[in-house]
Amino acid sequence: MSEAGAVEVRALVKTFGTVRALDGVDFRVERGTVLGLLGPNGAGKTTAVHVLATIITPDAGEARVLGVDVVGDPDAVRRSIGLAGQYAAVDGTLTGRENLRLVGRLTHLPRRAAVARADELLERFGLTDAADRMARTYSGGMRRRLDLAAALVHRPPVVFLDEPTTGLDPSSRNDLWDTVRDLVRDGTTVLLTTQYLEEADQLADRIVVIDHGRVVAEGTQAELKSRIGTTVIELRMADVACAGGAREVLEAAGLGPVTGEGDALRLSAPDGGRALLQAMRALDARGLEPASAAVHEPSLDDVFLALTTPGEPGAVPA
Amino acid sequence: MTTLGPPDSSAPRGAASRVAWAFRDGMAMTGRNLITLRRTPQLLVFATIQPLLFVLMFRYVFGGSIQVPGFDYVNYLMPGIFAQVVAFGAVQTGVGLAEDQRTGFIQRLRSLPMSRSAVLAGRTTADLARNLFVVALMVGVGFAVGFSVQTNAAKFGLALVVLLAFGFAFSWVFAFIGLSVPNAESAQAASFPIILVMVFVSSAFVLTENMPSWLQPFAEHQPVTATVGAVRALSQGGPWVADTLASLAWTAAILAVFVPLAVWRYRRSQTG
Repeated sequence: MSEAGAVEVRALVKTFGTVRALDGVDFRVERGTVLGLLGPNGAGKTTAVHVLATIITPDAGEARVLGVDVVGDPDAVRRSIGLAGQYAAVDGTLTGRENLRLVGRLTHLPRRAAVARADELLERFGLTDAADRMARTYSGGMRRRLDLAAALVHRPPVVFLDEPTTGLDPSSRNDLWDTVRDLVRDGTTVLLTTQYLEEADQLADRIVVIDHGRVVAEGTQAELKSRIGTTVIELRMADVACAGGAREVLEAAGLGPVTGEGDALRLSAPDGGRALLQAMRALDARGLEPASAAVHEPSLDDVFLALTTPGEPGAVPA
Repeated sequence: MTTLGPPDSSAPRGAASRVAWAFRDGMAMTGRNLITLRRTPQLLVFATIQPLLFVLMFRYVFGGSIQVPGFDYVNYLMPGIFAQVVAFGAVQTGVGLAEDQRTGFIQRLRSLPMSRSAVLAGRTTADLARNLFVVALMVGVGFAVGFSVQTNAAKFGLALVVLLAFGFAFSWVFAFIGLSVPNAESAQAASFPIILVMVFVSSAFVLTENMPSWLQPFAEHQPVTATVGAVRALSQGGPWVADTLASLAWTAAILAVFVPLAVWRYRRSQTG
């Protein structure tokens, strides 16, 4: 047991009809750490979490939580996990307090402990004032916080967060991130799925990138970013002809493979500011002037472009 | 405030405590469903208006054209209405479960270390309580439009027990259907034809003798007819033992088939 990671997934396969949602997934989450499971919609993130949360059974492979097999002893697994997700699965017609007390009773806390725990969590998640209102009157951010609180009622050592901030406004998102950080500080192991690299970046110790039910990359933020360049430069030229000329100029200037469609150009570089200067100088020398220029952190699209189509332009920085 | 350390909840030890916990979980879910029912009064209002309209239509519109020898039609009608109320109410069991499935609430419950039967037991028990309320209301409506009990209070009480037991069993049929479809609308659509055939191709509103001969075998040997027969005999007099036993046998048989089926469906239901 002591050797077991908090979460271990090996060669996991799950098929829905003809769709292979999980096509041989392996990953491991060490105790007390946060793993970000990063991928686009339909990549298999939620399916993986649902297998680990014993909601669905895998077709093949193995999944263990704290060393316990999810198929072999689902009840033991359920006692050590909490699940919160993008659908904020709370009962809208119950109040916040009633939702938490219900979960307390269903996780078999003694009645008085369930009442106390509900109050404690309402306080911690800033829901005390709204505690006796029906959850359907809550804002999106409040619902998510209540959902997360419900996942923590029985103090599970392992928590699954399935796209916890999808659809939240930036301030609610930041609040939720702080909450997750508090959890981790208390020693909870977190498996977080997200479509946003930034979120994984902010919260995760390690990131597993999945696509079409397969793991396409795994590592720390630094390791993944070094594979695609830390920043992306986007230029928009006056027209397609200019863009073609500019592409040649930039590649000749050693700024690496340039991608983009129509009048847009994209290139990635480890040092965005410097690369932008170089690009501007090279373009200016040829009398080419971009209509707009922007430098940003790589998006999930960039990560995917880099990780899922190796060898193509834009994939691997020189 | 720490969340580390052993979980507070402990494992059930032994079969007896497993049963006790299944019961507690079922009670917790029943409580939740009753709160929901109380806070969405429109559910109760709709559950009441429909049978009320049926009473008024059959009593005052069709009633004059329906002859049932030996009965004042209102006395023939009301036992059929009571059966209709619990049968239509059973559809709501499936609708409620399908709705909980769609919102993801059932997913949360499936990730909790609670009894696997509690979600279904809690739903069907809460719906039993709702049926009790609506039936009581319809008994009052019946009295207001001229219905009278020709036997005694004990027999009429037994009639209501038989009726509610049948409604409870029927709830499990629609629990199974509700868990097999993606949302409340589908649950309603899938259940309606079944309930329509069961209620109308029965002795609930008319004599089965007047139906075509190919339809009679079904109409005479199905659970709604047995239950209506029992309630009719227990409230209006005449031999009641055979029909009552038949209804209870149907109730037991439906439970024996659909409780395991619904629990199996609940365990297996996999929403991607």
